[in-house]
Amino acid sequence: MTHDRFPRGKSAIVAATTYGMGESPGLSSMDLAVSASVRALEQVALVPGDVDGLFIGLPDDFLSGLTFAEYLGIQPRVTENNRTGGSAFLTHAMWAALAIEAGQCEVALIAYGSNQRTTSGGLVNAMRPTPYEAPYRLARPVGAYALATSRYMHEYGLKREQLGAVALAARRWAQLNPDALMRDSLTMEEYLKSRMVCDPISVRDCCLVTDGAAAVVMVSADRAKHLAKRPVYLLGAAAATDHRDITSMPCLTTTAAVHSGARAFAQAGVTPEDIDVVELYDAFTINTLLFLEDLGFCRKGEGGAFVEGGRIAPGGALPVNTNGGGLSCVHPGMYGLFTIVEATQQLMGLAGDRQVADARLALAHGNGGELSSQATLILGTEATL
Amino acid sequence: MSDLSPDNEYFTHLSQGRFMLQRSRSSGRCFFYPRVAEPVTGARDLEWVAASGRGTVHATTVVRPKPPQAPYNVVLVDLAEGPRIMSRVEGVPPETVRIGMAVQARVGIQDDKPILLFEPLEIQS
Repeated sequence: MTHDRFPRGKSAIVAATTYGMGESPGLSSMDLAVSASVRALEQVALVPGDVDGLFIGLPDDFLSGLTFAEYLGIQPRVTENNRTGGSAFLTHAMWAALAIEAGQCEVALIAYGSNQRTTSGGLVNAMRPTPYEAPYRLARPVGAYALATSRYMHEYGLKREQLGAVALAARRWAQLNPDALMRDSLTMEEYLKSRMVCDPISVRDCCLVTDGAAAVVMVSADRAKHLAKRPVYLLGAAAATDHRDITSMPCLTTTAAVHSGARAFAQAGVTPEDIDVVELYDAFTINTLLFLEDLGFCRKGEGGAFVEGGRIAPGGALPVNTNGGGLSCVHPGMYGLFTIVEATQQLMGLAGDRQVADARLALAHGNGGELSSQATLILGTEATL
Repeated sequence: MSDLSPDNEYFTHLSQGRFMLQRSRSSGRCFFYPRVAEPVTGARDLEWVAASGRGTVHATTVVRPKPPQAPYNVVLVDLAEGPRIMSRVEGVPPETVRIGMAVQARVGIQDDKPILLFEPLEIQS
């Protein structure tokens, strides 16, 4: 692998917020994205007119970069509107860091919003099946993840209780988060009895369908010191992809997170053992296992055993998805930006009852498509520079 | 200038009962789905070859729509020629399809269009 250079610690997140999680009737996806954005900017006494680097991708607006700029009357020097699914926003942070370092922009805003719950009630899926796959009527994306889960069970003997441990951990974190949608208790018995959607994936293995928005403001490390009490520095960022449709995934049990993770860790100069808090895009319970393995927190095939006994739940050795994740907190179509917001709030010490004590290093990981696109960020406090 | 029309040619073959794969003459590799160039190499020296239709189930799921619609199976099959393909195994209850099961392709009809399906080898007569 070629060694890639990254401006470690040269850019920082100074503000991060969510908005309208759950149900937000009467607001468009763009209204929601703007609502989160103006609030994030307000946290550091900035206004939309200060934004000269715009990074956005809405599910229902192919030209959302242009729409957002028009909505707020801004003319960014950098407008980035990439489409790598739910991982897009972590890729945005990577490009924002490079653009800030290169002097292409000074104030980067990453924004997302979706009203999919109140408008369609279903998960927004921008992927159109090809004529080679449409006739088989695979329910997408859930069926694609079910195929991967079936293969993982075959290869590694994964038990449903181990997937259940992921769902239960997410729910216990959500119970500590007043903004999470699903805060009632979830027992293993209830998990095991939940309705099958696509074998072996049940409804409790699936992310929520919610409304919601998020926004993150990034500036240079020098400027960050003047804007925020506790800036969160971007230490490493990398993305990788190896297919679009699940059929073309080279190996159904290993994702391209192997590459994005290894590169991000190398850039940051840290290892998985150093990470205090982990935010993974858990569209389905299998994601959490695959990413824990592929990012190096445990070995391939050991993810199921790794999450047993509450290891990733509140009070466990490795805090994972501390907001409740896509499974129990929020999932407005594309969840990627929410992993960055939660990692930032943990490192800023703003996470309330779910705060991980002395969190200095966080990992945020985004997934897009059908385990197709992977992007990893390593974030740290000033002490990690 | 290539005069290939991958989608049309594939489905024309299928409508005549033939399951065909593309192969690069230079690399000798088959791939699926049909394309105007071979992945990675970009080779355009492509020819259609008859697939054996033999394969092995690589992954399987049962899609469970809301009743009264019946559950049905979706699989990924590793073809003997190498490529992996999405399909449905018919002839057995959807829950009984197993990873590793040897299957054989046949061309069926669904919604008045040809569709590639598989059946377990052991129940083939």
